[in-house]
Amino acid sequence: MTRMTPLSITAASLISALGRGKAATRGALVERRGGLVANDFPGIASGGFIGRIPGIEAHRLPEPLARFTCRNNLLLDLALATDGFAPAVARAAERIGAARIGVVLGTSTSGIARGEEAYRARDPESGALPPDFDFTHTHDFFSAARFVQTSLGLAGPAFVVSTACASSARAIVDATQLIAAGVIDAAVVGGADTLCHMTLAGFAALGLISPEPCRPSDAERRGLSIGEAAGFVLLERGPPGDRAENPLALLGYGESSDGYHMSAPHPEALGAIAAMTEALDRAGLAPDEIDYINLHGTGTIANDASEDRAVAAVFGDRVPCSSTKGFTGHTLGAAGIVEAIIALLALEDGLLPGGLNLDRVDPAFRAQVLRDNVSRPIRRVLSNSFGFGGANSSLIFGLVP
Amino acid sequence: MRAAILGLGLWGPGMPDVAALRAVLAGEERSRADDTPPPPALLAANERRRAGPAVRLALAVADAAVAMAARADPDLSPATLRAVFASSHGEGAVVDDLLKTLADPGEAAGVSPTQFHNSVHNVAAGYWSIAHGGRAPADSIAAHDASFGAGLLKALAEVTAEARKVLFCLFDAPLPFPLSACRRTDFAFGMALVLAPEEGGTGALAHLTAEFVPVAAALDRPRHPALAALVDGNPAAQSLALLEAIARGTPRTLAVPLLSGHLTLAVTP
Repeated sequence: MTRMTPLSITAASLISALGRGKAATRGALVERRGGLVANDFPGIASGGFIGRIPGIEAHRLPEPLARFTCRNNLLLDLALATDGFAPAVARAAERIGAARIGVVLGTSTSGIARGEEAYRARDPESGALPPDFDFTHTHDFFSAARFVQTSLGLAGPAFVVSTACASSARAIVDATQLIAAGVIDAAVVGGADTLCHMTLAGFAALGLISPEPCRPSDAERRGLSIGEAAGFVLLERGPPGDRAENPLALLGYGESSDGYHMSAPHPEALGAIAAMTEALDRAGLAPDEIDYINLHGTGTIANDASEDRAVAAVFGDRVPCSSTKGFTGHTLGAAGIVEAIIALLALEDGLLPGGLNLDRVDPAFRAQVLRDNVSRPIRRVLSNSFGFGGANSSLIFGLVP
Repeated sequence: MRAAILGLGLWGPGMPDVAALRAVLAGEERSRADDTPPPPALLAANERRRAGPAVRLALAVADAAVAMAARADPDLSPATLRAVFASSHGEGAVVDDLLKTLADPGEAAGVSPTQFHNSVHNVAAGYWSIAHGGRAPADSIAAHDASFGAGLLKALAEVTAEARKVLFCLFDAPLPFPLSACRRTDFAFGMALVLAPEEGGTGALAHLTAEFVPVAAALDRPRHPALAALVDGNPAAQSLALLEAIARGTPRTLAVPLLSGHLTLAVTP
């Protein structure tokens, strides 16, 4: 495994059930305020709790982009206009050229909520979808990247990565490979997933929705709570200007497949172990040099147990870890970027967030699970994302030098 | 970016394999053939039964490409080969089925767990690694009409950045009504390439040099009229000019459009 050259992270933006922007996210983590509410999503009785973002429905896209209107693109638009992200991309485009900046976004369901509406409005005679349904700009997987590239006026390569709940973590890896191969010098990476009937009903059918707000790593955890989120980071080759002003970096990544089952984790967690080990190798770090692990930690019985086995195999009980999905819910394809940004906040603030709704850590767990927030300076964070199809991604972020 | 092509797999209308493509180029008619390939033999019986048309298509061409590459490189194993799958629709037939179920208020509780996990875009990537017990990463890229260009760009970047062989598999299966009215897909089409860093490419079928060019360009089409006639019938059929150049063994430079700009592909024997 060749060691990777760290890439700079020069801008970031996040919206989740914790609020709009990094400051709102920080505040919620410090004050231990979760964003989960009883499921009130219209038109479906799937139960449980959700991490719903208020006000998406009321947002409007600017007229030239109006045909992109769907819940997912509305949220992406809000994220572009948060934390100064779009202006930071504009400055980077001036500096290095719009054609040298790629757009690589992860999403699992894109604008399918618009497709759900269209299917409900089919012509009763012919079964045809309504004439105002714009598949390409809404429902289609690629509409997220098409929308963001168009909105930002970028001219580099653009595509969507859709590896289920590992999507936006994998997007960071794919952009890194494009930069390493010399195709581009920077990339807008991240993604979004928004609440829709398909995922609410689908996870309910799998029996994985918790009847109470999800409790990752808890002995009495009962499943997951679905959330929605959008987030971006601007990833750049080398330090643009003064490193002291831009100390945040991607240090390593690891990718693997379970090769085992579409929706159940590998019982020995071999895929997750491989992803974390590869990320460490690529960053040139020993396990003890990681200060905090943000777990995938969905709150289901099998996933949390499998991930604990993997973390304990690589790190023993020496590295504090927690899932932040008790705060945000499981934001599916957006989970990778949400938790990447939480990792960056942890590095900037020296804040290790303890798991929310976590009363008693599963006594069978061997890793060092954090229940309470811990404040201390840290330098390196590993973040895990695992998805259906056995897709595993581990990312390492750090302060450089 | 440069890569050697070690293996090639194909499924198209009347062209169930690379030999059929060569026969068409030699002047034969396209044969009559099944619409979609048979279920992959390597999957367990229950998974084989549930595999949708896109999964069957993707795994058939991926297995054919790897089998061809393994003849030149006996160490090549699908279990350790990195993979990039690319598709505009994913398993669109399963998505359509789920949307029909969800649209009926009385039926929403009738969503099946298998149907749900088989609706994800990376379902082919997932079943590929499950079929081979593979631990290597398997990516899943979507870019609508630019899925060929964006997927191949991503696969070549992975070959370059990781200095490893990468399977690239491009596929789209027809969509059922009413989604079919939004997105034309007249027939199933899939192709797969085993790509290798140049220094590791012994026994290569052809060599590729690729570059992202930030100006618009139209898609270069196959020279053979029977192949050119298929290009607009499926997003994955955009790859036919590349397949033709590989099969003919003649050098050709091709433009493949992306959302913005295009990919220039120089194919040499």
